[in-house]
Amino acid sequence: MSEPTTDELIGALSHGLAPVRPLPPPVLRALLWLTVAALLVGAAILRWANPAVIAARTAEPRLALECAASLITGITAVLAAFYLSVPDRTGLWRYAALPPLLLWIATSGLGCLQYGGGLGPAGQRLGESGHCFIFIVLVSTPLALLLYGVLRRARPLEPLPVALSAALGVAALAAFVLQFFHPFDTTAIDLVMHLAAVGLVVALAGLSRRLLS
Amino acid sequence: MVSETQSQLQEAAWARLMCAAQQGDALCYEQLLRDVTPFIRSLTRRYCRNPQLAEDVVQDVLLTVHRIRHTWDPRRPFSPWLAAIAARRGIDRIRRDTRIARHEVSDDWALETFATPAANNESGALRAVEAIEPLLAALPERQRRALEAIKFRGLSLAQAASESGQSVGALKVNVHRAVKALRALVSTVDKAEDE
Repeated sequence: MSEPTTDELIGALSHGLAPVRPLPPPVLRALLWLTVAALLVGAAILRWANPAVIAARTAEPRLALECAASLITGITAVLAAFYLSVPDRTGLWRYAALPPLLLWIATSGLGCLQYGGGLGPAGQRLGESGHCFIFIVLVSTPLALLLYGVLRRARPLEPLPVALSAALGVAALAAFVLQFFHPFDTTAIDLVMHLAAVGLVVALAGLSRRLLS
Repeated sequence: MVSETQSQLQEAAWARLMCAAQQGDALCYEQLLRDVTPFIRSLTRRYCRNPQLAEDVVQDVLLTVHRIRHTWDPRRPFSPWLAAIAARRGIDRIRRDTRIARHEVSDDWALETFATPAANNESGALRAVEAIEPLLAALPERQRRALEAIKFRGLSLAQAASESGQSVGALKVNVHRAVKALRALVSTVDKAEDE
């Protein structure tokens, strides 16, 4: 059977055309998703987090900056994922989350140095870091599935940057939420485990990018 | 100035048609796709010089436009949206061609001759059978049947004699004459091909 000519293809595509509802602008879709995520996460924080921990962590400028950087990284990366999912937006969005990400890593690293490497009693701290790792992965997974479900409506032409940006967004938001359940300063092991968890979520998202198309 | 105005008019017309297409107007959609095809063609030729392959990319772009037509925001210009899709598909084509070129080798002689001589035997034998069949038909009936029984089917002289009703001596003579006649025929055919 010969392949259709371009004229024949146009005829076939036009035949029985179904109406479609245009997607809202990326910023609106991102805000809607962030609102839903904030409600879910906020409910969990109010239910299980310790207000004293939150007050103590936000009282110190460096910790407040670290929290803010992880939150901004999450919001920016999610916003970027929505922008990258449609064809006619600039590809520069893929780098949008890098400045807050660097600030987040820098403030966390500063914390490690401030507390002399902060390895602490090895057994106890390594155990806590393991909990952090599991926390970030477990919180990121449902958020990532929710975000994938919304992003996939756009059927991105290039799914990889969208998937990576989305994963960085949810992992950073999960790390931000972790701060409400983290009653001690970040140690070097904590930082490595946080970054490993974020890296794992981003890698898994990269591998599952075909879910978006 | 004139061309800028024309371009703005064209942009407005395409946007109007696409709005109607998103609402399900098939006629507007068909007109839009026909109108934008030359524009897509001009864009895709940047990525693919071969006109036949470029047309494949054009069709790929049209299919993508159809699949994601809901992602165009009516508040934004239409051409950049379409150009972004064409660029993406053009780059995909280059990547695919590069990947194929890296992993596959095109050898026009591969089907003619195999590197291992033994691999050529089967095709050589098939050609020989095809060549000899009309020559066999040219032999007298008794010679042809004797040759087929002894040389092709591998029967013994006694088996062939009982099957054909010829004596062993007659079979021997007929096989000998058949081989001689075939040699003569093959030699005649070879000479005719050489000339």
